[in-house]
Amino acid sequence: MAWTREQMAERAAKELQDGFYVNLGIGIPTLVSNYIPDGMSVQLQSENGMLGMGPFPFEGEEDPDLINAGKQTITALPTTSYFSSADSFGMIRGGHIDLSILGAMQVAENGDLANWMIPGKMVKGMGGAMDLVAGVKKVVVVMEHVAKNKDGTEAPKLLKACDLPLTGTQVVDMVITDLGVFTIDKKGEGGMTLVELADGVTEDEIRAKTEGAFKVALA
Amino acid sequence: MKKVHPDPKAALAGLLRDDMTVMCGGFGLCGIPDELIEAIRESGVKGLTVVSNNAGIDGVGLGKLLETRQVRKMISSYVGENKEFARQYLGGELEIEFNPQGTLAERIRAGGAGIPAFFTKTGVGTKVAEGKEVREFDGEHYVMERGLVADLAIVHAWKGDTEGNLVYRKTARNFNPMMATAAEVTVAQVEHLVQPGEIDPDHIHTPGIFIGRIIHVPTREKRIEQRTVRKRKEPDTAAAAGGGQI
Repeated sequence: MAWTREQMAERAAKELQDGFYVNLGIGIPTLVSNYIPDGMSVQLQSENGMLGMGPFPFEGEEDPDLINAGKQTITALPTTSYFSSADSFGMIRGGHIDLSILGAMQVAENGDLANWMIPGKMVKGMGGAMDLVAGVKKVVVVMEHVAKNKDGTEAPKLLKACDLPLTGTQVVDMVITDLGVFTIDKKGEGGMTLVELADGVTEDEIRAKTEGAFKVALA
Repeated sequence: MKKVHPDPKAALAGLLRDDMTVMCGGFGLCGIPDELIEAIRESGVKGLTVVSNNAGIDGVGLGKLLETRQVRKMISSYVGENKEFARQYLGGELEIEFNPQGTLAERIRAGGAGIPAFFTKTGVGTKVAEGKEVREFDGEHYVMERGLVADLAIVHAWKGDTEGNLVYRKTARNFNPMMATAAEVTVAQVEHLVQPGEIDPDHIHTPGIFIGRIIHVPTREKRIEQRTVRKRKEPDTAAAAGGGQI
């Protein structure tokens, strides 16, 4: 059985550490906040200009001046601070954020990431993704292991080299898919390593669905 | 010299001309100077280059200027929520220059601070770095980005005094403070207009030197782009936006 979206988020939450400042992307990464262990202090950063992001507001208490980077209404916490977009990306670019968890279209075995543009389709823009992957200390990608094409076929997303336009080069430290977990030695020569399998998933299945080269070092 | 003007039209009088560059504060629909955008629309000025993180949504915010084809080019980081934008872009009527969000913020900050260019890791090895100088510092590669300035900036603040000292509210601050510094003239709209001395000088976000003109917009309808809520009985941790355990 492959992991569900929730199980992928739960696995990603194991990368959190006490005292971390963390930026979560839209989609499965957002769910990671549901799995912050009790007693662990983690501050969530929203790149539009907030640290210490709280949960969604109660109905009727929405504040149009208080939104996250996905433009959703949210709330503040006693630890919250607000700041400008320049200060926000100063803390991102300057390496002050410990962990960024985000989605991807493709990841290459050397840590290259593509997640913002498909040539020929309407391009919406990269938002803050390029800044996050370039500046945050540790970058974790959470994504489906393969892309499902319209004709029912599957295309690998863990590749030798990305063929979509890049968001960053040699930026990804870890990839969590519905089938397992990989680490990437993004600055060295160590390449990609399969370190965990999802429940009931075999190494052979992963090999069949992965184009990029990887070593195996299961715990 | 009086900075306070009676209405948006008066505040923009003599400042608008075709083909000019305008910076517009806001993130999504949060902290946008909507009344000033409306006045630009009514002026009929055309061929604008607009620097703004987003492009509004259909009929709201900068969406208003797109409807009337007053915008020639956008410099933005994300424009996903606007059908009219997509139509004009795909039809070749509208030019777009995508900047990574942090690079856009820093280009504006630099422009306002008299810094013509800077180096950043963001975008190295991607389309964003094409045609730009890349230099190595301490073993890492960085791309050169230019500071950005405009003819006019329009910003929204929560509170301002008659000298133009501004305070923003919550995440409505976003791009407003940098843009206020980076234009030949900045016009601010404020929800609360007060007398000098009523804002604690330690609490001022934008000093009045950056603000040329100011208007009071007391009855403002603020739009929410993505209304997300939680049920009262659910524990906090069940909400998708989550939150740190303190």
